[in-house]
Amino acid sequence: MKNLIDIKDLSIKEIDELIEVAKDIMQEPEKYSEKCKHKKLATLFFEPSTRTRLSFEAAMMELGGNVLGFSEASSSSTAKGESVSDTIKVVGGYSDIIAMRHPKEGAPLVASFRSDVPIINAGDGGHNHPTQTLTDLLTISCEKGRLDNLTIGLCGDLKFGRTVHSLITAMSRYKNIKFVLISPDELKIPEYVKEEILDKNKIEYIETNDLEEHMDKLDILYMTRVQKERFFNEEDYLRLKDYYILNKNKLKNAKEDLVIMHPLPRVNEISTEVDDDKRACYFKQAKYGKYIRMALILKLLEIK
Amino acid sequence: MNIDSIRNGIVIDHIQAKKGLEIFDALKLGELDCSVAIITNARSQKMGRKDIIKIDKNIDLDLDILGYLDPNITINIIKDDKRVKKFHVELPKEIVNIIKCKNPRCITSVEQELKHVFVLTDKEKKIYRCKYCETIKED
Ligand SMILES: [Zn+2]
Repeated sequence: MKNLIDIKDLSIKEIDELIEVAKDIMQEPEKYSEKCKHKKLATLFFEPSTRTRLSFEAAMMELGGNVLGFSEASSSSTAKGESVSDTIKVVGGYSDIIAMRHPKEGAPLVASFRSDVPIINAGDGGHNHPTQTLTDLLTISCEKGRLDNLTIGLCGDLKFGRTVHSLITAMSRYKNIKFVLISPDELKIPEYVKEEILDKNKIEYIETNDLEEHMDKLDILYMTRVQKERFFNEEDYLRLKDYYILNKNKLKNAKEDLVIMHPLPRVNEISTEVDDDKRACYFKQAKYGKYIRMALILKLLEIK
Repeated sequence: MNIDSIRNGIVIDHIQAKKGLEIFDALKLGELDCSVAIITNARSQKMGRKDIIKIDKNIDLDLDILGYLDPNITINIIKDDKRVKKFHVELPKEIVNIIKCKNPRCITSVEQELKHVFVLTDKEKKIYRCKYCETIKED
Protein backbone atom coordinates (compact mmCIF):
# COMPACT_ATOMS: atom_id res chain seq x y z
CA MET A 1 0.00 0.00 0.00
CA LYS A 2 1.51 3.28 -1.07
CA ASN A 3 -1.42 5.69 -0.75
CA LEU A 4 -4.77 5.82 1.00
CA ILE A 5 -7.33 7.34 -1.34
CA ASP A 6 -10.45 5.24 -0.70
CA ILE A 7 -11.31 2.99 2.25
CA LYS A 8 -11.87 0.22 -0.30
CA ASP A 9 -8.11 0.33 -1.01
CA LEU A 10 -7.59 -1.43 2.33
CA SER A 11 -8.19 -5.14 2.91
CA ILE A 12 -9.78 -6.29 6.16
CA LYS A 13 -6.36 -7.59 7.16
CA GLU A 14 -4.73 -4.21 6.58
CA ILE A 15 -7.47 -2.48 8.57
CA ASP A 16 -6.96 -4.97 11.41
CA GLU A 17 -3.22 -4.27 11.37
CA LEU A 18 -3.78 -0.51 11.54
CA ILE A 19 -6.19 -0.95 14.44
CA GLU A 20 -3.68 -3.16 16.27
CA VAL A 21 -0.89 -0.61 15.84
CA ALA A 22 -3.20 2.23 16.96
CA LYS A 23 -4.11 0.29 20.10
CA ASP A 24 -0.45 -0.38 20.79
CA ILE A 25 0.30 3.34 20.43
CA MET A 26 -2.44 4.12 22.97
CA GLN A 27 -0.90 1.61 25.37
CA GLU A 28 2.70 2.72 25.03
CA PRO A 29 2.91 6.11 23.33
CA GLU A 30 6.52 6.67 24.38
CA LYS A 31 7.61 3.70 22.28
CA TYR A 32 6.51 5.65 19.20
CA SER A 33 7.62 9.15 20.13
CA GLU A 34 10.65 9.20 17.84
CA LYS A 35 9.57 6.84 15.08
CA CYS A 36 9.22 9.63 12.53
CA LYS A 37 12.21 11.72 13.61
CA HIS A 38 13.49 13.79 10.66
CA LYS A 39 10.38 12.96 8.61
CA LYS A 40 8.03 15.63 7.32
CA LEU A 41 4.28 15.50 6.78
CA ALA A 42 2.82 18.07 4.40
CA THR A 43 -0.81 18.97 5.03
CA LEU A 44 -2.17 20.41 1.81
CA PHE A 45 -5.63 21.70 2.59
CA PHE A 46 -7.08 23.25 -0.55
CA GLU A 47 -10.23 23.80 1.49
CA PRO A 48 -10.15 24.47 5.21
CA SER A 49 -10.91 21.74 7.75
CA THR A 50 -9.23 22.68 10.96
CA ARG A 51 -10.10 19.52 12.90
CA THR A 52 -8.83 17.09 10.32
CA ARG A 53 -5.67 19.11 9.74
CA LEU A 54 -4.91 19.39 13.44
CA SER A 55 -5.50 15.68 13.89
CA PHE A 56 -2.94 14.88 11.18
CA GLU A 57 -0.46 17.40 12.54
CA ALA A 58 -0.82 16.15 16.12
CA ALA A 59 -0.38 12.58 14.88
CA MET A 60 2.88 13.42 13.10
CA MET A 61 4.19 15.45 16.04
CA GLU A 62 3.52 12.61 18.47
CA LEU A 63 5.61 10.40 16.21
CA GLY A 64 8.47 12.88 16.54
CA GLY A 65 8.08 14.20 12.99
CA ASN A 66 7.61 17.66 11.58
CA VAL A 67 4.75 19.26 9.71
CA LEU A 68 4.39 21.91 7.07
CA GLY A 69 1.57 22.93 4.77
CA PHE A 70 -1.19 25.34 3.91
CA SER A 71 -4.84 25.38 4.75
CA GLU A 72 -6.73 27.21 2.06
CA ALA A 73 -6.40 27.37 -1.66
CA SER A 74 -6.47 31.16 -1.80
CA SER A 75 -3.10 31.30 -0.07
CA SER A 76 -1.64 28.64 -2.31
CA SER A 77 -0.56 28.41 -5.90
CA THR A 78 -3.90 26.84 -6.92
CA ALA A 79 -5.39 30.30 -6.65
CA LYS A 80 -2.84 31.28 -9.29
CA GLY A 81 -4.06 28.48 -11.54
CA GLU A 82 -1.52 25.76 -10.83
CA SER A 83 -2.79 22.19 -11.32
CA VAL A 84 -2.96 19.63 -8.52
CA SER A 85 -0.32 17.54 -10.28
CA ASP A 86 2.15 20.41 -10.39
CA THR A 87 1.57 21.42 -6.78
CA ILE A 88 2.14 17.81 -5.71
CA LYS A 89 5.32 17.48 -7.73
CA VAL A 90 6.74 20.54 -6.00
CA VAL A 91 5.59 19.74 -2.46
CA GLY A 92 6.64 16.10 -2.81
CA GLY A 93 10.18 17.40 -2.96
CA TYR A 94 9.80 19.04 0.46
CA SER A 95 8.08 16.22 2.35
CA ASP A 96 8.02 12.48 3.03
CA ILE A 97 4.25 12.05 3.08
CA ILE A 98 1.27 14.22 2.13
CA ALA A 99 -2.21 14.54 3.62
CA MET A 100 -4.41 16.31 1.11
CA ARG A 101 -7.88 17.80 1.31
CA HIS A 102 -9.49 19.22 -1.80
CA PRO A 103 -12.98 20.45 -2.71
CA LYS A 104 -12.99 18.54 -6.01
CA GLU A 105 -13.79 14.84 -6.06
CA GLY A 106 -10.92 12.68 -7.25
CA ALA A 107 -8.21 15.31 -6.72
CA PRO A 108 -6.18 13.12 -4.30
CA LEU A 109 -6.29 10.26 -6.81
CA VAL A 110 -4.88 12.58 -9.46
CA ALA A 111 -2.21 13.62 -6.95
CA SER A 112 -1.30 9.99 -6.27
CA PHE A 113 -0.55 9.40 -9.96
CA ARG A 114 2.03 12.14 -9.96
CA SER A 115 3.51 11.88 -6.49
CA ASP A 116 6.68 10.09 -5.45
CA VAL A 117 5.68 10.20 -1.79
CA PRO A 118 2.58 8.59 -0.22
CA ILE A 119 -0.69 10.52 -0.47
CA ILE A 120 -3.42 10.34 2.16
CA ASN A 121 -6.84 11.55 1.10
CA ALA A 122 -7.98 13.84 3.92
CA GLY A 123 -11.35 14.40 2.23
CA ASP A 124 -12.24 15.17 -1.39
CA GLY A 125 -15.48 17.13 -1.51
CA GLY A 126 -18.48 14.94 -0.77
CA HIS A 127 -16.68 11.86 -2.05
CA ASN A 128 -14.19 10.00 0.19
CA HIS A 129 -12.75 10.59 3.63
CA PRO A 130 -11.02 7.31 4.49
CA THR A 131 -9.30 8.45 7.69
CA GLN A 132 -12.71 9.35 9.12
CA THR A 133 -13.86 5.82 8.39
CA LEU A 134 -10.70 4.37 9.96
CA THR A 135 -11.39 6.56 12.99
CA ASP A 136 -14.92 5.16 13.19
CA LEU A 137 -13.65 1.58 12.93
CA LEU A 138 -11.05 2.10 15.67
CA THR A 139 -13.73 3.68 17.88
CA ILE A 140 -16.08 0.73 17.40
CA SER A 141 -13.28 -1.78 17.92
CA CYS A 142 -12.11 -0.09 21.15
CA GLU A 143 -15.56 0.61 22.58
CA LYS A 144 -17.28 -2.66 21.59
CA GLY A 145 -14.27 -4.97 21.43
CA ARG A 146 -15.33 -6.25 18.02
CA LEU A 147 -16.25 -5.23 14.49
CA ASP A 148 -18.71 -8.06 13.81
CA ASN A 149 -22.11 -9.00 15.26
CA LEU A 150 -23.36 -5.42 15.61
CA THR A 151 -26.59 -3.59 14.97
CA ILE A 152 -25.69 -0.10 13.83
CA GLY A 153 -28.14 2.81 13.73
CA LEU A 154 -27.25 5.58 11.29
CA CYS A 155 -29.23 8.75 11.77
CA GLY A 156 -29.56 12.05 9.92
CA ASP A 157 -28.45 12.86 6.39
CA LEU A 158 -28.03 9.45 4.81
CA LYS A 159 -28.33 10.82 1.30
CA PHE A 160 -25.36 13.15 1.02
CA GLY A 161 -23.42 11.99 4.08
CA ARG A 162 -20.23 10.45 2.76
CA THR A 163 -19.10 9.31 6.23
CA VAL A 164 -22.24 7.19 6.38
CA HIS A 165 -21.71 5.63 2.94
CA SER A 166 -18.07 4.82 3.68
CA LEU A 167 -18.94 3.37 7.07
CA ILE A 168 -21.60 1.14 5.50
CA THR A 169 -19.08 0.04 2.87
CA ALA A 170 -16.45 -0.76 5.49
CA MET A 171 -18.77 -2.48 7.99
CA SER A 172 -20.50 -4.58 5.32
CA ARG A 173 -17.35 -6.68 5.08
CA TYR A 174 -17.74 -7.98 8.64
CA LYS A 175 -19.98 -10.82 9.79
CA ASN A 176 -23.53 -10.39 11.05
CA ILE A 177 -23.85 -6.63 10.72
CA LYS A 178 -27.33 -5.11 10.67
CA PHE A 179 -28.24 -1.51 9.93
CA VAL A 180 -31.11 0.67 11.08
CA LEU A 181 -31.24 3.61 8.66
CA ILE A 182 -32.95 6.58 10.29
CA SER A 183 -33.63 9.63 8.13
CA PRO A 184 -36.34 11.96 6.85
CA ASP A 185 -37.74 10.80 3.48
CA GLU A 186 -35.84 13.54 1.66
CA LEU A 187 -32.51 12.32 3.01
CA LYS A 188 -32.90 8.56 2.64
CA ILE A 189 -29.97 6.37 1.68
CA PRO A 190 -29.46 6.38 -2.13
CA GLU A 191 -30.63 3.37 -4.14
CA TYR A 192 -27.13 2.59 -5.39
CA VAL A 193 -25.85 2.15 -1.83
CA LYS A 194 -28.66 -0.33 -1.17
CA GLU A 195 -28.10 -2.22 -4.40
CA GLU A 196 -24.34 -2.19 -4.61
CA ILE A 197 -23.42 -2.60 -0.96
CA LEU A 198 -26.31 -3.74 1.25
CA ASP A 199 -28.17 -6.09 -1.10
CA LYS A 200 -24.99 -7.34 -2.76
CA ASN A 201 -23.56 -8.39 0.60
CA LYS A 202 -26.97 -9.65 1.83
CA ILE A 203 -26.95 -7.22 4.74
CA GLU A 204 -30.15 -6.87 6.77
CA TYR A 205 -31.43 -3.32 7.13
CA ILE A 206 -34.49 -1.38 8.20
CA GLU A 207 -35.40 2.11 7.01
CA THR A 208 -37.37 4.38 9.32
CA ASN A 209 -38.14 8.03 10.07
CA ASP A 210 -38.36 7.37 13.78
CA LEU A 211 -35.24 7.70 15.90
CA GLU A 212 -36.75 5.90 18.91
CA GLU A 213 -38.53 3.03 17.16
CA HIS A 214 -35.56 0.62 17.13
CA MET A 215 -33.43 2.28 19.81
CA ASP A 216 -33.56 -0.82 22.06
CA LYS A 217 -31.84 -2.97 19.41
CA LEU A 218 -28.87 -0.73 18.69
CA ASP A 219 -25.25 -1.45 19.65
CA ILE A 220 -24.03 1.71 17.90
CA LEU A 221 -25.89 4.94 17.19
CA TYR A 222 -24.09 7.07 14.65
CA MET A 223 -25.52 10.59 14.44
CA THR A 224 -24.68 12.93 11.55
CA ARG A 225 -25.38 16.55 10.88
CA VAL A 226 -27.32 17.86 7.93
CA GLN A 227 -24.83 19.87 5.91
CA LYS A 228 -26.00 23.20 4.62
CA GLU A 229 -23.72 23.16 1.58
CA ARG A 230 -25.53 20.10 0.20
CA PHE A 231 -28.80 21.96 -0.20
CA PHE A 232 -29.87 24.17 -3.06
CA ASN A 233 -32.43 26.09 -1.08
CA GLU A 234 -32.33 27.48 2.41
CA GLU A 235 -35.91 26.46 3.15
CA ASP A 236 -35.25 22.72 2.80
CA TYR A 237 -32.16 23.01 4.94
CA LEU A 238 -33.96 24.84 7.74
CA ARG A 239 -36.80 22.35 7.68
CA LEU A 240 -34.50 19.32 7.90
CA LYS A 241 -31.59 20.46 10.02
CA ASP A 242 -33.30 19.90 13.36
CA TYR A 243 -35.32 16.87 12.31
CA TYR A 244 -33.50 14.71 14.85
CA ILE A 245 -32.25 15.86 18.20
CA LEU A 246 -30.92 13.13 20.44
CA ASN A 247 -31.56 13.80 24.11
CA LYS A 248 -31.69 11.82 27.35
CA ASN A 249 -35.36 11.03 26.99
CA LYS A 250 -34.91 9.46 23.55
CA LEU A 251 -32.26 7.19 25.03
CA LYS A 252 -34.60 5.73 27.66
CA ASN A 253 -34.96 2.38 25.88
CA ALA A 254 -31.37 2.21 24.66
CA LYS A 255 -28.97 -0.54 25.69
CA GLU A 256 -26.68 0.07 28.65
CA ASP A 257 -23.64 -0.47 26.45
CA LEU A 258 -24.80 1.55 23.44
CA VAL A 259 -22.02 3.55 21.80
CA ILE A 260 -23.07 6.99 20.54
CA MET A 261 -20.87 8.36 17.77
CA HIS A 262 -20.74 11.52 15.67
CA PRO A 263 -18.02 12.66 13.21
CA LEU A 264 -18.20 16.23 14.64
CA PRO A 265 -18.68 19.10 14.49
CA ARG A 266 -22.24 18.76 15.70
CA VAL A 267 -24.87 21.45 15.37
CA ASN A 268 -28.08 20.60 17.23
CA GLU A 269 -28.46 16.89 16.55
CA ILE A 270 -27.10 15.80 19.92
CA SER A 271 -28.27 17.76 22.93
CA THR A 272 -25.40 18.73 25.25
CA GLU A 273 -27.21 16.95 28.10
CA VAL A 274 -26.11 13.67 26.45
CA ASP A 275 -22.42 14.62 26.72
CA ASP A 276 -22.20 13.39 30.32
CA ASP A 277 -23.80 10.05 29.51
CA LYS A 278 -21.15 7.31 29.62
CA ARG A 279 -22.45 6.06 26.29
CA ALA A 280 -21.48 9.30 24.52
CA CYS A 281 -18.24 8.50 22.65
CA TYR A 282 -17.98 11.34 20.13
CA PHE A 283 -15.24 13.26 21.87
CA LYS A 284 -13.28 10.06 22.44
CA GLN A 285 -13.85 9.30 18.77
CA ALA A 286 -11.95 12.47 17.82
CA LYS A 287 -9.04 11.32 19.97
CA TYR A 288 -9.04 7.87 18.36
CA GLY A 289 -8.71 9.72 15.06
CA LYS A 290 -5.25 10.90 16.02
CA TYR A 291 -4.08 7.39 16.94
CA ILE A 292 -5.32 5.74 13.76
CA ARG A 293 -3.65 8.51 11.72
CA MET A 294 -0.40 7.79 13.58
CA ALA A 295 -0.74 4.11 12.66
CA LEU A 296 -1.47 5.03 9.05
CA ILE A 297 1.53 7.36 8.74
CA LEU A 298 3.79 4.59 10.08
CA LYS A 299 2.36 2.08 7.65
CA LEU A 300 2.69 4.33 4.60
CA LEU A 301 6.23 5.30 5.54
CA GLU A 302 6.98 1.61 6.15
CA ILE A 303 8.25 2.28 9.64
CA LYS A 304 7.85 -0.64 12.05
CA MET B 1 -14.54 -3.08 -54.00
CA ASN B 2 -17.09 -5.79 -54.32
CA ILE B 3 -19.79 -5.41 -51.71
CA ASP B 4 -20.17 -9.16 -51.31
CA SER B 5 -16.61 -10.13 -50.76
CA ILE B 6 -13.27 -8.65 -49.92
CA ARG B 7 -9.96 -10.41 -50.34
CA ASN B 8 -8.15 -8.89 -47.42
CA GLY B 9 -9.84 -6.83 -44.80
CA ILE B 10 -12.34 -6.63 -41.99
CA VAL B 11 -16.07 -7.14 -41.85
CA ILE B 12 -17.81 -5.59 -38.87
CA ASP B 13 -21.07 -7.50 -38.66
CA HIS B 14 -24.24 -7.49 -36.57
CA ILE B 15 -24.22 -3.75 -36.01
CA GLN B 16 -27.58 -2.56 -34.77
CA ALA B 17 -29.59 -1.33 -37.77
CA LYS B 18 -28.98 2.36 -38.65
CA LYS B 19 -25.98 2.57 -36.32
CA GLY B 20 -23.40 1.87 -39.02
CA LEU B 21 -22.62 5.49 -39.69
CA GLU B 22 -22.06 6.19 -36.01
CA ILE B 23 -19.52 3.35 -35.84
CA PHE B 24 -17.94 4.59 -39.07
CA ASP B 25 -17.44 8.02 -37.51
CA ALA B 26 -16.27 6.74 -34.13
CA LEU B 27 -13.59 4.58 -35.74
CA LYS B 28 -12.63 7.47 -38.04
CA LEU B 29 -12.94 5.17 -41.06
CA GLY B 30 -13.39 8.22 -43.28
CA GLU B 31 -9.70 8.97 -42.80
CA LEU B 32 -8.57 5.67 -44.32
CA ASP B 33 -7.12 5.54 -47.83
CA CYS B 34 -8.81 2.23 -48.69
CA SER B 35 -12.41 1.60 -49.64
CA VAL B 36 -14.98 1.21 -46.93
CA ALA B 37 -18.60 0.14 -47.47
CA ILE B 38 -21.46 0.69 -45.08
CA ILE B 39 -24.40 -1.59 -45.74
CA THR B 40 -27.42 -0.44 -43.89
CA ASN B 41 -30.67 -2.23 -43.14
CA ALA B 42 -29.44 -5.61 -44.34
CA ARG B 43 -31.63 -8.61 -43.58
CA SER B 44 -30.51 -10.67 -40.65
CA GLN B 45 -31.96 -13.95 -39.37
CA LYS B 46 -30.82 -13.12 -35.88
CA MET B 47 -31.64 -9.43 -35.71
CA GLY B 48 -34.27 -8.73 -38.37
CA ARG B 49 -32.27 -5.81 -39.74
CA LYS B 50 -28.64 -4.95 -39.22
CA ASP B 51 -25.80 -2.80 -40.53
CA ILE B 52 -22.49 -4.12 -41.82
CA ILE B 53 -19.21 -2.32 -42.46
CA LYS B 54 -16.62 -3.74 -44.83
CA ILE B 55 -13.10 -2.38 -44.82
CA ASP B 56 -10.83 -3.33 -47.70
CA LYS B 57 -7.67 -3.48 -45.62
CA ASN B 58 -6.47 -5.10 -42.39
CA ILE B 59 -6.22 -2.20 -40.00
CA ASP B 60 -5.94 -2.01 -36.22
CA LEU B 61 -9.44 -1.44 -34.91
CA ASP B 62 -10.15 0.23 -31.60
CA LEU B 63 -12.07 -2.69 -30.11
CA ASP B 64 -12.75 -0.78 -26.90
CA ILE B 65 -14.76 1.85 -28.74
CA LEU B 66 -16.67 -0.84 -30.61
CA GLY B 67 -17.41 -2.78 -27.42
CA TYR B 68 -18.60 0.35 -25.74
CA LEU B 69 -20.82 1.51 -28.61
CA ASP B 70 -22.35 -1.88 -29.38
CA PRO B 71 -21.27 -5.02 -27.51
CA ASN B 72 -23.24 -7.28 -29.91
CA ILE B 73 -20.95 -6.59 -32.84
CA THR B 74 -18.95 -9.43 -34.42
CA ILE B 75 -15.65 -8.90 -36.21
CA ASN B 76 -14.49 -11.03 -39.13
CA ILE B 77 -10.92 -10.88 -40.36
CA ILE B 78 -10.56 -11.85 -44.00
CA LYS B 79 -7.29 -12.99 -45.57
CA ASP B 80 -6.99 -14.26 -49.17
CA ASP B 81 -10.75 -14.58 -49.52
CA LYS B 82 -11.03 -16.67 -46.38
CA ARG B 83 -12.33 -15.77 -42.98
CA VAL B 84 -9.37 -16.42 -40.69
CA LYS B 85 -10.83 -15.07 -37.48
CA LYS B 86 -14.25 -14.30 -36.09
CA PHE B 87 -14.84 -12.85 -32.65
CA HIS B 88 -17.19 -10.83 -30.50
CA VAL B 89 -16.22 -7.52 -29.01
CA GLU B 90 -16.42 -7.16 -25.25
CA LEU B 91 -17.38 -4.34 -22.97
CA PRO B 92 -14.14 -2.47 -22.37
CA LYS B 93 -12.84 -2.34 -18.80
CA GLU B 94 -11.99 1.32 -19.27
CA ILE B 95 -13.21 3.96 -21.67
CA VAL B 96 -10.80 6.80 -22.15
CA ASN B 97 -11.78 10.21 -23.55
CA ILE B 98 -14.99 9.05 -25.21
CA ILE B 99 -17.45 10.39 -22.69
CA LYS B 100 -17.02 13.27 -20.29
CA CYS B 101 -17.80 13.25 -16.59
CA LYS B 102 -20.74 15.60 -15.99
CA ASN B 103 -20.28 15.93 -12.24
CA PRO B 104 -19.50 19.63 -11.62
CA ARG B 105 -17.68 18.67 -8.41
CA CYS B 106 -15.33 16.28 -10.24
CA ILE B 107 -11.65 17.22 -10.55
CA THR B 108 -11.97 16.75 -14.33
CA SER B 109 -14.29 19.78 -14.39
CA VAL B 110 -11.43 22.10 -13.44
CA GLU B 111 -8.28 20.39 -14.70
CA GLN B 112 -8.65 20.36 -18.44
CA GLU B 113 -5.61 18.25 -19.24
CA LEU B 114 -6.89 15.20 -17.35
CA LYS B 115 -8.13 12.23 -19.34
CA HIS B 116 -11.78 11.40 -18.84
CA VAL B 117 -11.70 7.76 -17.74
CA PHE B 118 -14.72 5.59 -17.01
CA VAL B 119 -14.24 2.19 -15.41
CA LEU B 120 -16.56 -0.82 -15.79
CA THR B 121 -17.68 -1.57 -12.23
CA ASP B 122 -20.59 -3.94 -12.93
CA LYS B 123 -20.31 -6.12 -16.01
CA GLU B 124 -23.84 -7.53 -15.85
CA LYS B 125 -25.55 -4.19 -15.45
CA LYS B 126 -23.01 -2.47 -17.74
CA ILE B 127 -22.30 0.21 -15.16
CA TYR B 128 -19.42 2.57 -15.79
CA ARG B 129 -18.18 5.00 -13.18
CA CYS B 130 -15.84 7.98 -13.44
CA LYS B 131 -12.41 6.87 -12.22
CA TYR B 132 -12.04 10.06 -10.19
CA CYS B 133 -15.43 10.81 -8.59
CA GLU B 134 -17.26 7.46 -9.16
CA THR B 135 -20.24 9.17 -10.73
CA ILE B 136 -22.25 6.71 -12.83
CA LYS B 137 -22.22 7.34 -16.57
CA GLU B 138 -25.63 8.40 -17.76
CA ASP B 139 -27.03 6.91 -20.95
ZN1 LIG C 1 -15.93 12.44 -12.42
